[in-house]
Amino acid sequence: MERTEILPTGTSHTISLLVENKPGVLHRIAGLFSRRGYNIASLTVGPTERAEYSRMTIVVRLSSKTVEQVVRQVQKLVPVVEVRELLPADLLERELMLVKIRTPERNHAELRALADTYEATIVDVSPDALVIEAAGTAGKLDALEDRLRPFGIHEICRSGRIALERGFKTLAPPSLK
Amino acid sequence: MAKERMTGAMAVRRSLEAEGVEVTFGMPGGTILPIYDAMFGGTKVRQVLIRHEQVGGHAAEGFAHATGKVGVCMGTSGPGATNLVTAIADAYMDSVPLVAITANVASPLIGTDAFQEADITGITMPITKHNWLVTDVRDIPRVFKEAFYIARTGRPGPVLIDIPKDVLNTELDFEYPETVSIPGYHPPQREEPRLRDAAALIRSASRPVVYLGGGVRTANAHAEVLAFAELVDAPVVTTVHGKGAFPETHPLCLAMFGMHGSRFANYTVQNADLLVCLGARFDDRVTGKLSTFAPDAKIVHLDVDPAEISKLVTATVPLVGDLKVLLPQLTEEVRRAFAAQGRADIAPWKHKVADWREKHPLRYVQDPKGELLPQYVIERIWQKCGGQAVVTTGVGEHQMFAAQWWKTTAPRQFITSGGLGTMGFCLPSAIGAQLGRPGETVIGIDGDGSFQMTLQDLATARDLNLPIKIFILNNLFLGMVRQWQELFYENRFASTPLSDCPDFVKLAEAYGCLGLRARTVEELDPVIERALANREGPTIIDVRIRREEKVFPMVPAGAPLNDMIDGE
Repeated sequence: MERTEILPTGTSHTISLLVENKPGVLHRIAGLFSRRGYNIASLTVGPTERAEYSRMTIVVRLSSKTVEQVVRQVQKLVPVVEVRELLPADLLERELMLVKIRTPERNHAELRALADTYEATIVDVSPDALVIEAAGTAGKLDALEDRLRPFGIHEICRSGRIALERGFKTLAPPSLK
Repeated sequence: MAKERMTGAMAVRRSLEAEGVEVTFGMPGGTILPIYDAMFGGTKVRQVLIRHEQVGGHAAEGFAHATGKVGVCMGTSGPGATNLVTAIADAYMDSVPLVAITANVASPLIGTDAFQEADITGITMPITKHNWLVTDVRDIPRVFKEAFYIARTGRPGPVLIDIPKDVLNTELDFEYPETVSIPGYHPPQREEPRLRDAAALIRSASRPVVYLGGGVRTANAHAEVLAFAELVDAPVVTTVHGKGAFPETHPLCLAMFGMHGSRFANYTVQNADLLVCLGARFDDRVTGKLSTFAPDAKIVHLDVDPAEISKLVTATVPLVGDLKVLLPQLTEEVRRAFAAQGRADIAPWKHKVADWREKHPLRYVQDPKGELLPQYVIERIWQKCGGQAVVTTGVGEHQMFAAQWWKTTAPRQFITSGGLGTMGFCLPSAIGAQLGRPGETVIGIDGDGSFQMTLQDLATARDLNLPIKIFILNNLFLGMVRQWQELFYENRFASTPLSDCPDFVKLAEAYGCLGLRARTVEELDPVIERALANREGPTIIDVRIRREEKVFPMVPAGAPLNDMIDGE
């Protein structure tokens, strides 16, 4: 078989899903990705403006053609109300990051200045460690991470991306608008 | 309609009645007892007791395939449910509408590794269109309504409903819903804007081919396909599930192509400049090496499942929708295009195809004094019943011989496990098909290996006095694997010779069936006649065939479609 996209190569695509808020939905979606060999770079899920639906944002690194396939396969899952790739031009995406830096107190001032540059906040301070909270695009967080590395990153937790489209468009089909 | 107070188990029965279910195939057990008890007496829904749940699943598939209705199978929690898994996977691969009902351990025990507990909704998630674990008894009517709707609409397929025992014993106010509303499930029915593009391609093609798959059957679009193909006047090829989609006795029909298709069918596909693919999915068993498949062909692909479009072969013009609705529109569009602008000359192409057909026919030579050949046996059975039968098969060489030599003339005449390739499929699906079409001749063409995977359900066939006739093409080998060993593994026949055990005639007799045997050309005809004449119950025919006979032509796995090997 000429399938070469099992590995996470290709460009990053953001897929947004509106799903029924029912048990097992995450299992169904994650299972579909794994059995068809689509690697997930990140996946987030959370409540929406309506209690009966959740929104999922899945980032994959695949070719555009494969992403079309992914979208069609995901659409077939019964609890998936709507699914769409969010195109880069319309994409508003954010990610949250918590970074624990293990560093002597003398570096704290410098870190505070760095955090300010990235509109990040220091949310916990102890004599030999501090925790920085930052939000923004993945690119911005990557850059901050690079800048923090010389100080000694002890632990990182990133949320994975969440995304919406710019403007008036929504994901919900007409019947739900 | 007034609501009625009843238990969850009775609600299951009433839901099945409301769906018009005629028969369920299953076996009771500890947790599903409440359903069997509710079904005991007074219902028109017939309970067929099988001897293994896998057989129940395949029998329900056979029933569904033969009738076009939804098949229903049942199993108790744990092993009863897991025994259904192969049949559910089979139905998923072959788009067979199937509702599987399982009971589970009582809700408080779920997740505790209780006796006969299995997470069957988790296990069957990848092989069902959808499944449900019903935790609230009030959901039963809605879930059943949705289950049957999802199983039979769009691209049909299996669904599973799992109900814990305590939920079955809890009461609800029952009312069966008349409509369904599932926000995430909308089978495509939209108007297809690209019909005109498709018609333009058909009009200008000089080497067109119509390629039919199982989607013709699931859409019941046989008449529409015939009208289309006759208008386009192009050669027609089919997949194994396309058998029955188009009369194989029709002059346009080149029958099956692919790994064991004829040379003329494969050459035709490989040389086409346009493939009109109706309800098929470019499986590797028909395309051969994908990058060399029909290199000059543009593709019009009409399918009800958008995820099949351009999955493996990029469609030049994709058309998504119900074949029965869309195809007549396409036919009209083509008719208009032909009338307005004429069409490319396809006469040279048709001559070429006729030439291939003449030069490279499927063939065998039966020595009247020699060992029986499976091809001859199948042709004799066909001739003796005038092709008027429903055929079911197991999986292996006999299946491909049957696909090559059994000429279907009407829809739903060839029932086989195509996608999953499940050995043991023949007897169970024959049981289901005969129940669905009681007045008709149902013939099983099986292999000795395949038959032994589900033979215990001869008891079921005997209980029901089903006049099925199972011809075991017995070569004392797992023949298809043996064929690969001979061709690709230097005759190293690892684990493929089967012993001459059991004696299938004695076995048939032990099960109260008629057992017959044929070893020679001379013995064959009388045995076929006796089998066809037996209306009292099942007949098992042990046909001893040439042990080393192989299915040709053959496209080795991963080779181009026109790169076929023969035995010559």
